Amino acid sequence: MRTATFNIWRGDADGGEFKEYTTELSEGMVVLDAMHQVQAEQAQDLAIRWNCKAGKCGSCSAEVNGMPKLMCMTRMSDLPTDEPITIQPLKAFPPIKDLVTDVSWNYEVKKKITPFKPREPDFEDGSWEMHQSDVDRIQEFRKCIECYLCQDVCHVLRDHHMHEEFVGPRFLVYSAALEMHPLDTEERKKELREDKGVGLCNITKCCTKVCPEGITITDNAIIPLKERVVDDAYDPITKLVQLVTKK
Amino acid sequence: MSKNVTTSLPVASSFGETMRPGKWWIEPLAVVLGLGFFITYSTWAAFQGEHYHFGNYLSPFYSPELFGESHHAVFGPKPSWWLSWLPWSPAFLILWAPGGFRFTCYYYRGAYYKAFWADPPSCAVGEPRKSYWGERSFPLILQNVHRYFMYLALLFVVFLSYDVWRATFFEDAVTGIESRGIGIGTIVLAINVILLGGYTLGCHSLRHLIGGKLNVLFDKPIRRTAHDCVTCLNRRHMLFAWMSLFWVGFSDVYVRLCSMGIWTDWRLF
Repeated sequence: MRTATFNIWRGDADGGEFKEYTTELSEGMVVLDAMHQVQAEQAQDLAIRWNCKAGKCGSCSAEVNGMPKLMCMTRMSDLPTDEPITIQPLKAFPPIKDLVTDVSWNYEVKKKITPFKPREPDFEDGSWEMHQSDVDRIQEFRKCIECYLCQDVCHVLRDHHMHEEFVGPRFLVYSAALEMHPLDTEERKKELREDKGVGLCNITKCCTKVCPEGITITDNAIIPLKERVVDDAYDPITKLVQLVTKK
Repeated sequence: MSKNVTTSLPVASSFGETMRPGKWWIEPLAVVLGLGFFITYSTWAAFQGEHYHFGNYLSPFYSPELFGESHHAVFGPKPSWWLSWLPWSPAFLILWAPGGFRFTCYYYRGAYYKAFWADPPSCAVGEPRKSYWGERSFPLILQNVHRYFMYLALLFVVFLSYDVWRATFFEDAVTGIESRGIGIGTIVLAINVILLGGYTLGCHSLRHLIGGKLNVLFDKPIRRTAHDCVTCLNRRHMLFAWMSLFWVGFSDVYVRLCSMGIWTDWRLF
């Protein structure tokens, strides 16, 4: 029977250490299965957050061999087992216990983003006319499962801890979904520039790389937002054209 | 069975620290080598000021030749107002524009921030500096000028297309009469325009200006189609960025070596 050795971070907010566990592998196993097996056989107090086991709830986010991943979507067969596999909690957020981190900062950030405000309804029954071609691009953003892997890998949060100044890729995607909505009437460019820190993103595309839903975060959400901010604040010709055409 | 391993959780990792196994440094190293080589070669080529044209072929590093000694020069020879103590090359007058376009390009920015500034060196790898300003403060806030370089880069695609047209004329060495034809150099310059066109027309700023800035494109079929086309090229922006970078350098090498008599330009018909 094949086995794999894991270095699992065990600890809490006061600190911790990596502990080594070896467990047997079976056909089709994912990392979350292995963690459950370790929990059942060797470490009943191992804390893991999980729910759907199908890559749709975004609960089992962790760092597998140093890269943010959903444990339920990471196949053991895709990992080298000749070396110990490192499993640790997300580094951009405070640890609670073992693999569980406190991601509540994200919920607070979301509340501060100017919410959706649609234009007046197009029809008497209170409905609007929209075309699929205009909502295609924001539907990509709606695939987000809020696993916060993008937040974790973003060096602005992960290494520089600029949580007060930067909302992170997840909430730039959220802002883009609102800002590009064909019915929305709100203005978010100023807050994106001044409060949400869109200028702090330096386009390393790490968020795009780790997104389990395959959302093209940088190219389709963040850069278009940066361009809208340029329109608003840094492009004198566009401002002049807007002034002349009164748009 | 469990046993203790004396490793602590690496929060705010030090430079190069990561739990990623394998050779994560290959990608930034490849960018350093690729961009470093191109910058070195293009700077050297720009300073040469000779062997940049051969017959009707004109090196893309020197196009458009505003002032110069070749018959491609638009406004005649080296201008008299050029300060005598400054080194002179026709490339100095124009190379800043495509250079600025690439320097401020969203793809290259992400690539060279990682490769040259280690900011970060690679995803989930520790950085050398604790402070971080991003692109919201001077000097990197100037990257927002990208769209202006894009306007210029579009003009350059037009100039280079004209060069390909000119490269289909060949002068008879004896009679001096021009005839139409295709040489290897014509194809080299044509591929250069195709790749540069693919790169420039896939620009993120162009994608925004041509339609991305609007939330409703349904009632603007021309802009919607243009936006879809730019988006299609934008998906391959990195590929076009590297292929066009390599090929523009190779085009200069081709014209240079033909001009020096080291390579022979074969005429296909």
